[in-house]
Amino acid sequence: MKYSTSFIAGAAVLCSAQTAFAQTEIEFWHAFTGRLGELVAEQVETFNASQNDYTVVASHKGNYSETLNAGIAAFRAGEQPDILMVFEVGTATMMGAKGAVKPVYEVMEDAGAEFDQSKYIGSVKGYYTSADGNMLSLPFNSSTPVLWVNRDMLEEAGIDPDTDLSTWENVGATLDQLKEAGVDCPMTTAWQSWIQLENMSAYHDVPFATKDNGFGGTDTELVFNSPAQVAHISALGDWAKEGKFIYAGRRNEGGANFRSGECALFTESSAGYAGIKAEAEFAFDVRPLPYWSELVDEPQNTIIGGASLWVMEGQTDEEYKAVAAFLNFLSSPEIQAKWHQDTGYLPITTEAGEKTRADGFYDENPGTDIAVIQMTANEPTNNSKGLRLGSFDQIRGIIDEELEAVWAGDKDAQAALDSAVERGNALLRRFESSQR
Amino acid sequence: MEKRVTFKGIWLPILLVLPQIVITAVFFFYPAGQAVWQSLFIPDPFGLSMQWVGLGNFEYLFSDPYYRASFVTTAVFSILVTVVSMGVALYLALLADRLIKGAGAYRTLLIWPYAVAPAVAGVLWLFMFNTRVGVVSWYLGLLGYDWNHVLNEGEAMGLVVVASAWGRISYNFLFFLAGLQAIPKSVIEAAAIDGAHFWTRFRTIVFPLLSPTTFFLLVVNIIYAFFETFGVIHTITSGGPQQATTILVYKVFSDGFVGQDLGSSAAQSVVLLFLVSILTVVQFKFIERRVHY
Repeated sequence: MKYSTSFIAGAAVLCSAQTAFAQTEIEFWHAFTGRLGELVAEQVETFNASQNDYTVVASHKGNYSETLNAGIAAFRAGEQPDILMVFEVGTATMMGAKGAVKPVYEVMEDAGAEFDQSKYIGSVKGYYTSADGNMLSLPFNSSTPVLWVNRDMLEEAGIDPDTDLSTWENVGATLDQLKEAGVDCPMTTAWQSWIQLENMSAYHDVPFATKDNGFGGTDTELVFNSPAQVAHISALGDWAKEGKFIYAGRRNEGGANFRSGECALFTESSAGYAGIKAEAEFAFDVRPLPYWSELVDEPQNTIIGGASLWVMEGQTDEEYKAVAAFLNFLSSPEIQAKWHQDTGYLPITTEAGEKTRADGFYDENPGTDIAVIQMTANEPTNNSKGLRLGSFDQIRGIIDEELEAVWAGDKDAQAALDSAVERGNALLRRFESSQR
Repeated sequence: MEKRVTFKGIWLPILLVLPQIVITAVFFFYPAGQAVWQSLFIPDPFGLSMQWVGLGNFEYLFSDPYYRASFVTTAVFSILVTVVSMGVALYLALLADRLIKGAGAYRTLLIWPYAVAPAVAGVLWLFMFNTRVGVVSWYLGLLGYDWNHVLNEGEAMGLVVVASAWGRISYNFLFFLAGLQAIPKSVIEAAAIDGAHFWTRFRTIVFPLLSPTTFFLLVVNIIYAFFETFGVIHTITSGGPQQATTILVYKVFSDGFVGQDLGSSAAQSVVLLFLVSILTVVQFKFIERRVHY
């Protein structure tokens, strides 16, 4: 970047006729629509305008599952894109596809691009690194669960809106008060498996699966039916029975209930910020996800959800150079800080977080740094680095089914989690044999 | 007395049916064959490797109590969808058949829902019955009924059945109405003169004469309930709560396209293939005997 931008822009106009031939074009398939889709398009345009050698063509391929399927189908036909967005639960599938994906650290190395892996936030990149600590994909949008609080509702129920909600014990007492005050929906949740089981396990530093949550090999087994998780699900089950915890659905259906001012407490991704800020007609707060003080003195870190960018095999060296340039562009502090502030997703580099703080964003939007602090407070352990399980989308489906049995009062927490573990393990064994 | 046209050579008839055979082979036998072949492997999603497991996928499926339970769910769902959509359609057709004024407008309005795509129909019904903001669930709440299809299995099944049957009623209505209008008026009038009341006429004359239509609709509706309702289920319940609305076809989709487990998905398709063949044979062998053409 030796030249000024105006010079480059001028040169680009002058040379556009010639450079049209010389430019390397790369394809980037993503799963974003609406506001997020516009922001991705903006990133791509900024990149394309910032240099003359490469052009990124971004295409929307449906939701996360559909994008992954489009990528798989394209690979089978030999028409794969250069960059494919894959959600976090597809990580093990992508990792297993040796010969279909080219690890990001290799792409960077081969392209001779500058790539300092230590710049990336440990608990964000950790989900996507190999056992020896190399980044296999580039985290793109990452978020982590937090507790959203409707301050007005607490006040109306005669509760101090600044009351300590850092532990589930305190949350339980507050739910009692809310119920007594006649609140119909004291608490609801989004993404129950992700928040109430996966993150709950990491946050209390208990394993979700053996072999370091699957990082150590595909012969991993689920173990989320241990006393800690059973106690948590059991407590939620009791609250559901007493009408203090309202189940709204498997995805983020509960968001509508919270945003309309119907529910007082809501556990949801930190990325819910934009929607809540836009729609909520009440004072709200972001608090750290609660933990059980009877289980731990202080919580570990939470884990992420979201998607990362995978580079596909079978492209030319020129194209990989373009990919490397684009991924580096996405990781730059300016682009990352903007993305973090626009969307509520976590920054992927420490620098971007610091820049956001220096910009005064956290002061203007109190609570937006809670997720970052919660993620980075502690060095991740083997239980809190993330999850790497095959067929994980289906396992989540099984967990959803079993948890629904608890909320409906058909099963107790132990029986439901035992059954989820048994059914999930059968899927893990199938995935293991598909990877041989 | 043979009245058929016969060909002398063998080549001309073969040539004439060839296009049909080619289309069937390319679009039906080849994919079906692929499904059977794939059901014998556990492939990696990207097609990089395949593990031969023989009948392992089938063993895995049938040892899974949740898969076996899915047969019962599918049977309950298909029977309910068929009975509801055909019953209501027949009732409406009987009424429309007796209309003198405004029959055209009435018919047109009844046919509209057929143009609504299943997934959209699902969304419409979901809005009405949304546990928090739905109009219907709100009125039910006023009556003191707490509607919650998100956790209540019976309500979830009821909702997907109604949403699936709704668009289908129009289709069935069209056929029933055409069937009713093809019944000679003189027969019915003669019965009426003999003193047979509406219900007796319906039971002894109309319904038997309508049986070819009813039989055709029965076959078509069961196939519909089996294969085409998946959009409705996907938008309304995603197969839940627990596994209350996971029908076989929905499981093929979720295992194959969400779970990337192509071996199991292929095996399930093969099972469905058999199931539908058996069902069709049963329908033609046992039910068709009672049909008067």
